[in-house]
Amino acid sequence: MLELKGVSRRFGGLQALNSVDLSVPDGATIGLIGPNGAGKTTLINNISGLDHPNSGTIAFNGHYIEKAPPHRISQLGIARTYQNIRLFGEMTTLQNLLVGQHTQGQASLLEAIFFLPRYRREERQLMARAEQLLTRFGLSAVADVQAANLPYGDQRRLEMARALAVNPRLILLDEPTAGMNPTETRELGDQILRLRDDGLAILVIEHDMSLIHQVCDYVYVLNFGQIIAYGTPAEIRENPIVVEAYLGAEEDEVKA
Amino acid sequence: MDAVIDFIIQIVSPLGITEPVLQFMLVSAILGVSIYLTLYTGMFTLANAGFMAIGAYVGVVLTQELDVSLGVALIIGMVVAAVVALPVGLPVLRLRDIYLAIATIGFGEVVRILALNFDNLVSSILTAMEGERVRFSLLNGARGIKGIEKLTETWMLILFLVVLMFLLMRLHRSRFGRAMAAIRQDERAAANMGINVVYVKNVVFMLSAALAAAAGVFNGHLTRIVTPNAFDFNQAVDILAFAVLGGTSTWIGPIIGGMALAAMPEVLRFLKEYRGVFNGLVLLLVIVYLPGGLINPTGWRRAARSLRERFSRQSQEAAEDAGT
Repeated sequence: MLELKGVSRRFGGLQALNSVDLSVPDGATIGLIGPNGAGKTTLINNISGLDHPNSGTIAFNGHYIEKAPPHRISQLGIARTYQNIRLFGEMTTLQNLLVGQHTQGQASLLEAIFFLPRYRREERQLMARAEQLLTRFGLSAVADVQAANLPYGDQRRLEMARALAVNPRLILLDEPTAGMNPTETRELGDQILRLRDDGLAILVIEHDMSLIHQVCDYVYVLNFGQIIAYGTPAEIRENPIVVEAYLGAEEDEVKA
Repeated sequence: MDAVIDFIIQIVSPLGITEPVLQFMLVSAILGVSIYLTLYTGMFTLANAGFMAIGAYVGVVLTQELDVSLGVALIIGMVVAAVVALPVGLPVLRLRDIYLAIATIGFGEVVRILALNFDNLVSSILTAMEGERVRFSLLNGARGIKGIEKLTETWMLILFLVVLMFLLMRLHRSRFGRAMAAIRQDERAAANMGINVVYVKNVVFMLSAALAAAAGVFNGHLTRIVTPNAFDFNQAVDILAFAVLGGTSTWIGPIIGGMALAAMPEVLRFLKEYRGVFNGLVLLLVIVYLPGGLINPTGWRRAARSLRERFSRQSQEAAEDAGT
């Protein structure tokens, strides 16, 4: 489904991504872990079109998207969340979900202005879908609250609901549990498993290994812009290279 | 309609608002909406005065030289401005904030200087082509076009504004309107939601240009004179002040802001030469105490709260002083 080949991205003298190969098969949940500054968010930015690689290809369902603008990539069926929450703060929870469904609308501005049937039908559909997402993510009670005023956990959940509103086939989650307590983390894990039951492919960046174990089929480990390991969560936990990357190693051990 | 307008004038005339002042207020309201559209989409552009000039010159030349009716001139003026806005917007709207403001100020100056030298420019081109000296006069340079027929009527302005308000209301309930707000609040997240940011920004810029041009066409046929210097940097800032005073959290804000700022010099006539000072003072007070503008419920609540807190703190301190 998603296939990265030799993706490299350089910022001046910093090689943020160095020939990354990564694939997310249909319906799979893939984890991406690595120490801070390893290039994880850069990778997601490159897939979602906010940034573009210097070299390499990114294929999604037969389309090459490494040069595509973000709205094209979204239309092809890739949605994402952000490490630092990026909701539309002045809009309500419900309005955020309506914006998320932007590409599902067909009605033109003129149809909206003259209140034509297609516009009305479409608005009803968008509303119904938004209500459905509110219930699913337990946000119904705060539907009319401004997103900026929501409690942190609700903001995180709304980000995920909004990404789902895009109606994607692949969803990129950038540290969805950052700042959450263990209970909230487990609940979020259950939400991710439900996305997977819906048949979505998922690429999740995470530091919390318990979540990785709960949801991921396979895990990639990124360090200094390079993939240094790949395997099932259990294999990764035992992998000495990964342990080194996270905990550091004695200088002579690295050389050996 | 005339009876209604007369009635309105009767009510507001004690304030010093006569029909010409009311007309000027309505033109300003249209200009307020023009800049509101771009600000609402998160674009800080100051090209409105330039597009107003394009509307004014195109409209006036059409009615005065080619005997076109005002309605047709209005539409052509708006279309011309929108068409000019596209090649300007495509490169310039990549910029942001103060850089965008400066680039659009530059555009306004180009329009003004082009209008100033238009006749000379055409003359020299014609002279070069014909091989002999040709005089060409259409826009009359700095002297401008004078003696324009006063074709704009109050009812036209009211009708235009009412239709505009209806369109704005519908716009905000549409997908396009939501995309505009989303771009202002987080452009990158909006793009990730599948919103074509470049498209939306350019369409909004064109709509804003068309509205400024409409105000220009109306204004030219009100003041009966069109000169390049009426559309200078000061005019661009005046239009921005409409949005600053009224606020841009709703579309009502810039309409009220535009009407208030247009009326103020007349209403404050009794202040004589201190009118300008008062005008500036009002703007300054709004910026300091009501940063969201006059039409902004949350801003008023916040201002009221901080005022209450200050008073209660003072009375507390007074009580403490009395106690010691």
